[in-house]
Order: sequence, then C-alpha cells, then structure tokens
Amino acid sequence: MTEQFTPPPARGCASTPVLKERGQHEVFCGLTGIIWLHRKMQDAFFLVVGSRTCAHLLQSAAGVMIFAEPRFATAILEETDLAGMADAQQELDRVVSELLARRPDIKQLFLVGSCPSEVIKLDLAKAAERMSAQFAPNVRVLSYSGSGIETTFTQGEDACLAAMAPVLPHTEARELLLVGALPDVVEEQAVGLIEAMGIGPIRVLPASRVNDEYGIGPNTLYALTQPFLTDTHEALQRRGAQHIAAPFPFGEEGTTQWLRAIADQFDVSEAKFAEVTDAPRARARKAVAQASEAIKGKSVFFFPDSQLEIPLARFLTRECGMDAVEVGAPFIHKAVMSSDLNLLSEGPVIAEGQDVDRQLDRCRAARPDLTVCGLGLANPLEAEGLTTKWAIELVFTPVHFFEQAGDLAGLFSRPVRRRALLKLEAAE
Amino acid sequence: MKLTVWTYEGPPHVGAMRVATGMKGMHYVLHAPQGDTYADLLFTMIERRNHRPPVTYTTFQARDLGADTAYLFKDAATAAYERFKPEAMIVGASCTAELIQDDPGGLAETLGLPIPAIPLELPSYQRKENFGADETFFQIVRALAKPMEKTAHVTANLIGPTGLGFRHRDDIVEVTGLLMDMGIEVNVVAPMPATPSEIAKLGQAHFNVLMYPETAETAARYMERAFGQPHTRTVPIGVGATRDFVAEVAKLAGVEPVLDDSRLRMPWYSASVDSTYLTGKRVFLFGDGTHVAACARIARDEMGFEVVGMGCYNREQARMLRSLAKDYGVEALITDDYLEVERRIEELAPEMILGTQMERHIGKRLGIPCAVISAPVHVQDFPARYSPQMGIEGANVIFDTWVHPLVMGLEEHLLTMFREDFEFHDEAGASHHGHKAKLREMGIKDSLKTETDSAEPLQTNLGPVEIVWLPAAEKELKKIPFFVRGKAKRNTETFASERGVSEISVDTLYEAKAHYAR
Repeated sequence: MTEQFTPPPARGCASTPVLKERGQHEVFCGLTGIIWLHRKMQDAFFLVVGSRTCAHLLQSAAGVMIFAEPRFATAILEETDLAGMADAQQELDRVVSELLARRPDIKQLFLVGSCPSEVIKLDLAKAAERMSAQFAPNVRVLSYSGSGIETTFTQGEDACLAAMAPVLPHTEARELLLVGALPDVVEEQAVGLIEAMGIGPIRVLPASRVNDEYGIGPNTLYALTQPFLTDTHEALQRRGAQHIAAPFPFGEEGTTQWLRAIADQFDVSEAKFAEVTDAPRARARKAVAQASEAIKGKSVFFFPDSQLEIPLARFLTRECGMDAVEVGAPFIHKAVMSSDLNLLSEGPVIAEGQDVDRQLDRCRAARPDLTVCGLGLANPLEAEGLTTKWAIELVFTPVHFFEQAGDLAGLFSRPVRRRALLKLEAAE
Repeated sequence: MKLTVWTYEGPPHVGAMRVATGMKGMHYVLHAPQGDTYADLLFTMIERRNHRPPVTYTTFQARDLGADTAYLFKDAATAAYERFKPEAMIVGASCTAELIQDDPGGLAETLGLPIPAIPLELPSYQRKENFGADETFFQIVRALAKPMEKTAHVTANLIGPTGLGFRHRDDIVEVTGLLMDMGIEVNVVAPMPATPSEIAKLGQAHFNVLMYPETAETAARYMERAFGQPHTRTVPIGVGATRDFVAEVAKLAGVEPVLDDSRLRMPWYSASVDSTYLTGKRVFLFGDGTHVAACARIARDEMGFEVVGMGCYNREQARMLRSLAKDYGVEALITDDYLEVERRIEELAPEMILGTQMERHIGKRLGIPCAVISAPVHVQDFPARYSPQMGIEGANVIFDTWVHPLVMGLEEHLLTMFREDFEFHDEAGASHHGHKAKLREMGIKDSLKTETDSAEPLQTNLGPVEIVWLPAAEKELKKIPFFVRGKAKRNTETFASERGVSEISVDTLYEAKAHYAR
C-alpha cells in the first residue's frame, strides 16, 4: 500500500498535563464486564458476592435481560451474614455447592467481589482456593474484585484476566498471545490476518473454554487488544512475558500499526505484510471515508466511560477528520496508552477521573457537535440540544480491526446524520 | 446469603430515587461508591426522562475508606445545595455506605443548610425498592406537611405516583378526570410531580386517593392520623373497580356518584361474539400485589377467564393477596425468586400469563402468551401514546393489551383443523406476531421440548402414581395445538392419577377430554 497515514503530530498528547478530577463519577463499576465475559467464556460462571444493588445493576446495565438462564448470579448478602450470625465462608460454600450441582457444565467459577464484600473484608481468594481443592479437577475456582470502590466499568474484565494470568501453565515456547475478550467475529479476523503472515500458533486470553488453555512464559509475546487491560499487562509481565507496544487496533491506522508491531517481532517481510494487509486496509480506508462523511470537521467531547476514549479520539481525529475538545478517561495508564497519546495531536483537554457536574459545565460551554457519554447522561444532553453517542455501544459492538473500521466510524456519524435527518416541524 | 439470578425489585435506595426523580425541587444526596450511578439510566433510558435524576452520589473509593469518608458526604451535600438550590433534600446511604456507618442524616444536620435535609434510614440488606419508595415518601410528608385548614371546595390528593412507575404518568390523568366529573378538585399529586412546597399543602385536602399502596400506604395512614384525611381503598383498575371507586369517592366527599362512561368500550368488546373464545381461558397472574388483585377481578369477572393461580413478589402485600386468592380457590405464590414463578407456571400450564416483564420471558420460553400488568418496568412499558391502566380508558387499554398476545378466534380453529400446514402450524405461534415462540437457548430442560422431541416415553410423577404415556397417546397429544397442549396434558394426567391409571392410552386422553369438557 503506497498511501501513507497522516504524519504523526509534531507534539502529541503524551506530555500534555492531565486534568485530574475528583468528584461524582458517572460510570459503571467493574461488575458490568460480566455481561460480556460470561458470553465469551462458555464454560465459566460468574458469582457476584454482593448486595441487591449488584444484582439490580447486572440486570439493568445491559439494558436488556438475557433470559436464557445466564451464567452469572448474585449471592446476596443478608442481615445474618453481616451481623456475623452466619459464617459467610460457610454460607458461600453452601451457595456454590448448590450452584455447581445445578450446573454440571460449569468448568470455571469466578467469585466476584463487590463493594459490600470488600468492605466487610470477605476473603474470596481464600474461598476460591478452598473450593478449587474441593472441586478439582472438574471445576477451577478463581476470584477477582469488580467492586466500584476499586474498579470502573471495563476494569472488571481487566481484573478477571489478571486473575487468570497466574494460573496459566508455564511454557518456554515463543508464542503470540492476544489479550482481551473480543467478539468472536473480530477475534477470528485478527487470528486470520496474523496466521496469514505465517505466525502461529496464536493464543488468546480469555480462551473460550478452560480446556483450550496454553502455557505462558518468558518467550511469550503478547499484544493487548483493549486499552483497559493494565493489571493484566502487569500480571503477564510478572510471568516474564514480553509486551508488544502499539496503538490499539481501531481504524485502518491503528490496526495496521498494531499488526506491524507484531509482524516486526516475528520477522515478517515487508512484502508479506503488504500481501496480507493491503486489501483489507484499502477496504477499511474506503469504508471509513464513506462513514465519516457526516462528521468531518466536527468537534467531539468524550466523557470518561470505557477507557477506549484516547484510542478512539486518535481514530476520530486522524482518520475521520474530527476535532477533539476534551478526552476524558476514567484513568490513564501511561505505559499502555503512550502509543495512542503520541499520535493524538496536542490541543484537547486530557482529563482523568471525573467531577460530572463540572465536566457538564465544560461540555455545555464548548457545545461540541458530538458528545460521547454514558447512558445516564445521553438523553438529558440530547434534550439540551447536544448530539450524543452512548459509549456503552462501543464496548458491545464489534469495532476492532480493518473490517469493522467503517462500522466504528458509523457509530459516531449515525447520531449526527439522524439529527440532520429528522424534520419534526411543520412544513411552513 | 441468597442465590439470585433476576430480581423483581431493586434495592431500597432505588425506591427513594423514584420518589426524588418524580418530584421537582427535591434533591437526593446519596452516600454511595462509584458504580451506583447505574441507577440513573433506569430513568434516562427506560423512562426516557429528558433530565438527570436529581441525585448526587458521593463516589467514595477504596482509598478513602482508611481515612475519612464523612467529609466526602459533607462536601457533596454542600456542593449539591449550591449548584441545584433545591427546596428540600433527602439524604441517605446505599448498601455499601450503610456498612461504613457515616450517618448521612447527622452529617447533613451539622451543615446547617437553609433547607430541610430529611434523613432516610433504608435497611438495604432487609428491604427492597417498594419499601424504599414508601418509606421515603412517608418521611418527606412527615417532615414537610403540616395540619392545615381544609379547602373551601372538596379536594383530594392523589398519592402514590413515582418515577419509573408502571403507567403512573397516564393514571394520574385518568383519575384526575374521574374526580373532576364529580366536581372534586385535585389538591396535590405526590410524590410525582409535586414540589416540596406542594407537599407542605397536602393537609388542606379533604381526603386522599391512594393510587398505589406499594409506594404511599404508610404516608396515607400517617395523613389519616395527622390530618384527619380518610383515604380510598379501591384501586380503580377495571370496569367494576372503577365503578366501586366512584361510589367510594362519592361517599368520602359527600357528593353524588357520577361516572361518564360514554367512552367505555370494554364491556361491549368483552360481550361481543368474537370474544367467546376468551371464555374460560386459564390464566396465571403475577406482579405487585395491587395490580394482581385488580387484574384477577378483571380476568374473572370482566373477561370471563378462569384464574388458575396468582402471586406477588412484594411481601408487604402477601396477607392481602393470600386472602384474595382463597376467594378464587387458588393458593397465592409469594416469592421474589423468578425460578419459583417459572416452576409454578410450568406446573399449572396456563393458557395465558398476566405478569411482569419477567413472566413475559418465561412465557416466551414456554410458548405461553403473556400480557404485562405490573412493574418491574421495561422501556416498552412507557409507550408514546396515552395508555393508562386506571379508569375508563384504562379498562379499554387493558382489553386490547390482554387480547393482543392471544391466538384470535377463527385462527384458533384453523390451527386445530390443519395443524400440519407447513407455514401455519402450531410451532409458529399467533400469526399476527410474525415470529416463532422460542425455546430456551441453554441446556435447561424444557417441558414442551421433551414432549415433542424425546424418544423416551413421556413420564410424569403426579402424586404417588408414576404415569407413562403410551406412544400412540403421545403422538395424539402432539396433534393438539400448542396453546392448549399443556392443559390437555395436565388434565389427562390428573384424570389418570385420580383413577389410579398409570398408562395413558389414546382412550384415556379422550376420556379425560370428555370429562373436562365445558
């Protein structure tokens, strides 16, 4: 492919001072990740140890109830558990035995900590260890925390994968590991592209079944597919695995650079790389150009939500011609984010954390053409005349890699096109 | 510890949010961790509200717990007052904050805000959403409303409507109309959409219309004691209940009962010959106690259904519903475990479910039509059109809503006559829905599936006798259309077991059919 990308900015946002906010956070907690993780890992069950609020969140967060009996549930703490009248560990044993008796198809069980279980210091790691011994070899029991006092939204997936990293077997093999729970269609595309370059076997974390697992070790090379996997990144480093740093695979540019970083590690020739990527790159470029017609030259404001904000701002500014006003992220892990920050041209406010009312003030003052925000803010802002894109859809829709680049641009342009389309006034 | 998959009610602080969000000029400062803000989307997405719920969350984090979380609450409350300038505030804790015992009520008092800050004690680990709404409204009334001189004209308060309520928006309009027709003015509607200053004037009404006991019964009782205001006991859902309501109101107000029923079509629609096919349809009801009780009466007396079971998820209404169920000759199911509800429905094999969104999904899985009569709400329960449950129009709406999921009269006969037709067969469901009833996705046993696909002989354990279906009888059973197959199977098995018959033949099937003929 001869066409080049827009040259990297003279000054990226990597050294831009970050506006750190401490106030009301309008974000989900890490439990929300269970909504997609339980579909990805088909032999896993997620048992939240928490309150009625946790159960209500899981049921409400996705906006729909998944009424095929879901592979998640909440063990709701009751007055007796809190008053110490019942031994919480024994109660948990009883609930888990009940559950596993009813669902013999379950091979891995995640005990998921919540705000209340963290506050009462219920030791789920200890419980997981005891239960693993009890139910081995049929069921592996792991624990992680998805509590709101420790995790935001997508950090739940991070905590889950980070809990899996230490129990993977050891290997000395030089293998590529792709990290992040991607929709199946996207994962297959990624694996297909990399295999076509002659790299393999390719491992993915999380695997869809526990029996599909593999080893990791000092010769494992891993690439993150999601920007929120920071604890997993650190857990893999502790196992000696080596990180392939790259921008995240959103859009033509992100995907190409991400693949290039992998190709370089496995000595793939320029010619081979071009042979594999030229056609899908051209398709992606064409699709993005079409889908971004309506948003070219328009401004965008990101409220913090999924951690995808910085890579997406990079995609929207460099490939779709948008101007970023503010890019808010729940937290910013510089090591993981630096490739994207370097490509994001200096200018927008980079914000970490949130004080939602103050951020709303800034947003109203800026009157961006498009505001990317959570479900709690979208309709109220629409009612104020701002065009919004609800951020949760970016996590629930296949948006990675070449073939989805046009869809990704479309997610942002559709609200803008819709607003232009609707004519609800009288003709005269 | 209780294993829970889906819940009918949220935690009590969500009930408090429903009250605050329904009101204007009220602000809720909630001591809560990051993530509890999910509840905002219930209002902005499900109910499509065009403003954020008036709730400030303190958003404490793990690192705050070692230090002092109380100052977070004080800062948040002060900032919320300054930014939103509400007329009054409610303050409280979500489940996690309840554990750290910061006492939001006491802290708010020390701030010396120039407005009332009403403390809420909502035990998150014992009670649920409806309790939260009821208790919050009661505390607001107790703090803000004072005894007052009654209005010169007869007036009433409408109490109970909240944010995220099942058709509350439209019921208010309908009940206001019923009262107006009798020359009774509405004093205050609360909590939705009242302001704190309107709450203060509750005492000047002559009586209260208790629209939803779930959310306003405690307040109604309090106002009866404190302001000498009697309250209505009849919830005007259905034709008969609306007439009773009018009579009750007339008595309380000392006026003539007047009901303008010129727009009432429901009784004629129910009497018209097309509705003959509704006769004796076996229905199961589940939801909140108030809606189930009202809908049971409509089902039996106004639609001509047979009520085969009923239940509610809110324990507060358990006693009322148990005694009502006795009148219907059934046993009430009081549970908040939807798996238990599903088991009961499978056992009873009704021809129709009148339930909540949860039962709608149970019905989908079992191939049983379902109409929604009660919260918990779904985005579909907030239609753009006027769609009340109460009063005259409510009765019309209910007729349409309940008939819609059913296979229509003649279509039912055609399905029975030509059941093997490749595109018009019983697995396809009612033709006006254009989709097939879906069986369960996952590896859970499905009774209908076992019936049709199993190579094993069909076995049922009903009481002491184990009953086996002989192959010919099982084949015959499959020829019965899906919407009555469950009933036929159950009737035949009951018939067999009562007679100590352990093998069901084609003859047994038809003997049972003759026995239950009506």
